[in-house]
Amino acid sequence: MDYQLSEEQQALVDMVRRFVRTEICPLEDNLDPDAGEIAPEDSERLKEMTREMGLYGLGIPAEFGGPDVDVTTQTLLAFEMAQHRAGLYNPCYNVFGGAGLGQLYEATDMQKEKYLYPVLRGEKISFFGLTEPSGGSDPGRAIQTRAVQDGDDWILNGTKIFISGADRADFGILFARTSEDKTRNGVTCFLVDTDMPGFHVRRVVHTLRSTHYATEIQIENLRVPKENILGELNKGFAIASDRLSRFRIPYAAGCIGVAIKAQEMAVDYVKIRETFGGLLASRQAIQWMIVDNEIDIRTSRHICIEAAQKADRGEDFRTEAAMAKLLGSEAGGRVVDRVMQIHGGYGMTKDLPLERWYREMRIRRIGEGPSEVQRLVMARNLIGGSFH
Amino acid sequence: MSIRLVKPFQALTPENIEPIQGQLGVYQLADANGDIFYIGYAGGRSLFGLHGELKGEMKEQGDNEIQFRCEVNMQYISRYKELLMLHKADFGELPERVLKEYPHKIGTLSPGR
Repeated sequence: MDYQLSEEQQALVDMVRRFVRTEICPLEDNLDPDAGEIAPEDSERLKEMTREMGLYGLGIPAEFGGPDVDVTTQTLLAFEMAQHRAGLYNPCYNVFGGAGLGQLYEATDMQKEKYLYPVLRGEKISFFGLTEPSGGSDPGRAIQTRAVQDGDDWILNGTKIFISGADRADFGILFARTSEDKTRNGVTCFLVDTDMPGFHVRRVVHTLRSTHYATEIQIENLRVPKENILGELNKGFAIASDRLSRFRIPYAAGCIGVAIKAQEMAVDYVKIRETFGGLLASRQAIQWMIVDNEIDIRTSRHICIEAAQKADRGEDFRTEAAMAKLLGSEAGGRVVDRVMQIHGGYGMTKDLPLERWYREMRIRRIGEGPSEVQRLVMARNLIGGSFH
Repeated sequence: MSIRLVKPFQALTPENIEPIQGQLGVYQLADANGDIFYIGYAGGRSLFGLHGELKGEMKEQGDNEIQFRCEVNMQYISRYKELLMLHKADFGELPERVLKEYPHKIGTLSPGR
């Protein structure tokens, strides 16, 4: 069973596929294998093209000026956008624009003016500050950053880790504990400017992923006006939770896109590479790897699309999104691993994108909630309630 | 552990470059006073890695009295960006040659000493 694309979806997919192959991949031929950026003039030129394609700002809701593209179509396009060397963490080097922090669409008018609209215009960069050294899988309980009310302001103190983009951001969302409640019910979401006194990016956190690094933030007596509370006091975790669920679908789609590209490389390679007097394609060990790849790709793709379709229908898609994230990240890792095996020594080199995908794909099983947490989310939804 | 490159500078000479292997990593160049005027990296497209990059620098610098220090690092891109941010935090601005080569926005770090 496979999802049949509508004519319009097929046209969009074809257009983005062409764009990736004719505009993005050739640029990478001249970039460092670990590069995460293209030249500013290339970026501007390509953004102009995506605007002409009517696809700039894909994730932005139509009422905020984004193209009116449903989640399913966005997912189909995300499969395509990831199919290049930097595609897992920098799909198309962001020339399709970003939607910014989804939580800001629910912000007050003042907050939208100051934060959301500048992001949509590409004038400001944001970060999402949830995880702390005390834990990331259960942030609702692990958050130790404190916010204490002082007149009309709140004073924040604490540390955040594994925060992407905080060093380059103009502002971000920070979650802090605002009550004695030790559970997720005592957490509030604050909008903070990175030039506020007391906001420090202390270090780069180096990981397997070289280009899209994370940072550690220290917050020391950071004074935030009460107007900067996003959503309701002590109900900030609902904001985090919503983001985590929504982001699982494109996150999975990126993994699947890379897996599709890796599989394409493998199929091409086995038809030209000879060993012991015969093509790799004729070896059963290789054939089985190719078949296992296809099974991994199709099953994860199917669930990913199902999650997107449920989201489009306005149904509860948390189970499917968690399943897509788990399957996509784990299947993607297996596929890239097999394709490296098929390519032998060349698969390990920086001549091919496989070693970069291998390193970055490993992070995907942990980022945005590890596989174990996805299983926990699904169990909770399937059984009901929260059991400890 | 310091996040800065703190090992002593060495003169950029054939003898000092010889033991450096073709690995990935980052490096800094400084003048005779130890003032850093360039931060670079040996990446996936560098022929002979750090060895090749430093050899190239030596040719380019001619008879100038130049010093260098380097660090083998597989995560050369994030380490390179970190060194740029540290330089900006310590000295207020990036070396001129880096600004010409790296046209992207550099992040802001507030590292402890």
